Amino acid sequence: MSHADLIIFVIMLGKIALILFGLLTAAAYLVLLERWIAAWVQDRIGPNRVGIPLTKIKMFGLGQPLADGLKFIFKEEYTPAHVDKFLYTLAPISILVAAILPFAVIPFGSMLPTFNVGGEPITLQLILAPQIDVGMIFVFAMGSVAVYGVILGAWASNNKYSFLGGLRSSAQLIAYELPLGLGILGVVLAAGSLRLEDIIDQQATSGTWNIVMQPLGFLVFVIASFAESARLPFDLPEAEQELIGGYHTEYSGLRLLLYLIAEFLHMVTASFLITILFFGGWHLWGITGSAEDPVTWVTALLRVIVLLSKVMGVILFFMLVRWSWPRFRFDQLMSLAWKVMLPLGMVNLVIVAVVAEYEPQVLAALGGSRTALVAVLWALAILAWLIAGIVAPLSTDNRPRFEAVDRI
Amino acid sequence: MKPNDPAVKWVEEPQLGLAGKMYLPLFLQGLTTTTRHLFSPKVTVSFPEVKPKIRNPLIYRGVHRLNKDAQGRVKCVACFLCATACPAHCIDIVASPSPWPDREKYPESFTIDELRCIYCGMCEEACPVDAIELTSLFDLTGRSREEMIFDKEKLLSVFDQTKDTEPMQSAAVGGTL
Repeated sequence: MSHADLIIFVIMLGKIALILFGLLTAAAYLVLLERWIAAWVQDRIGPNRVGIPLTKIKMFGLGQPLADGLKFIFKEEYTPAHVDKFLYTLAPISILVAAILPFAVIPFGSMLPTFNVGGEPITLQLILAPQIDVGMIFVFAMGSVAVYGVILGAWASNNKYSFLGGLRSSAQLIAYELPLGLGILGVVLAAGSLRLEDIIDQQATSGTWNIVMQPLGFLVFVIASFAESARLPFDLPEAEQELIGGYHTEYSGLRLLLYLIAEFLHMVTASFLITILFFGGWHLWGITGSAEDPVTWVTALLRVIVLLSKVMGVILFFMLVRWSWPRFRFDQLMSLAWKVMLPLGMVNLVIVAVVAEYEPQVLAALGGSRTALVAVLWALAILAWLIAGIVAPLSTDNRPRFEAVDRI
Repeated sequence: MKPNDPAVKWVEEPQLGLAGKMYLPLFLQGLTTTTRHLFSPKVTVSFPEVKPKIRNPLIYRGVHRLNKDAQGRVKCVACFLCATACPAHCIDIVASPSPWPDREKYPESFTIDELRCIYCGMCEEACPVDAIELTSLFDLTGRSREEMIFDKEKLLSVFDQTKDTEPMQSAAVGGTL
């Protein structure tokens, strides 16, 4: 092993440690942020007491995550007698692993400028596993593995409410994987690659973010990713009022904490994906330059800041939506997925495919103006949305069908 | 339940308008409301630092006090009406012959278990001489159960503590002095 290889290896370990530690800290502080937003939306103040331990310094309650964590650690970890002990313990571990793994292929910026260490030039990519061609697929695979944690936990708990939560979550996952996949297919078609860095580079080079070109795909993807991360309008797997917490009803202490962290990390993953796929990742006009420009230390740092603030914005949106929209009923959830999201995803895919294949001809027909093309795309998207809304409305009537029952 | 049971009344839900069928307009409306509340004034009172303001101390039901008459004697005549009216049985009175000529009995001891008390105000309603009243003191803590059992001296001292801010209700409503 040469000198440079050793340095790269050490840097790699450092990156892994940084991301692991950063993610867990971020999840803890996101819980605090979520509690704040919940309080502010309800005209309350929220946690503001806990500061530096053993002093009276309050620091706006920034010590709260520490207190929450300590509380979780010192809580009694109770294993009910009727559970399958092996699966019961395995489930939260598996869901946390599945929630952390996608961050291996998610870029946190573009790259650092080349610097010399011991005479060897090193170019550092701000991503754990750069140049992975199946990045998107890896993220989605891990997203699907996460539901194993939910179902295993629900099954091992040996409890009807948990079991119902697990059933709901598997049905919901299958229903929303399809629109999720359709939502990204358009982006993949436009970029010609499944690698997340390439998708950002394509948007940075062209200067048009995917949300401008594919509003329908954006809508489908955002709604499906809300459902995938089981956030509030779609949080039927845990539905506190109906299922007492659903799949994690029987969990307590540290194992419950693993579930909660995993839930927040899903939201973070979804926010990263939304930012990278549709909001241009680290790109911001006039500030970060395009993908071909050589990076300096300033632009490298700016790119990280831009990406992370966009992600933060999406997370804030996630948290606001929680208090804006009531939860779906399960039949409404299903009909939304199959009757609205799936056809809309198909329409988006067809539109993007046509534009990708016949772009010169389409542009020529529109007089060569890209603005006209974007306007046409948006008009088509709104038209499709209108048709979907009118033709496939969510029925609010769930009474038994009398005629059908009489015939039996 | 039979499917077409005539006893079951099905409520017709109102039909969704175009904006409702499109979801997004109504969703944006909800999001605007939520966002507005982020910045609206907060209603929380940070208790130990900020004391909540009690609008009308005369009708607030906090810690009890035993009123004193003009000569500084306890007003109570040990008639046991408050103890009888008390639904939580938290009042304990020991009566003895009064040393003063204007009444037959007076309370030798008068204790209220503030932990049992439900602050319903029935004692104050029952008292014929307006001797027992509930004050607006709400910040009531103690380190032991014994500390929360208020005897006659303590109840009288609550009167001394609150008589300036809260006049005797009898004076306000024209009752017995």
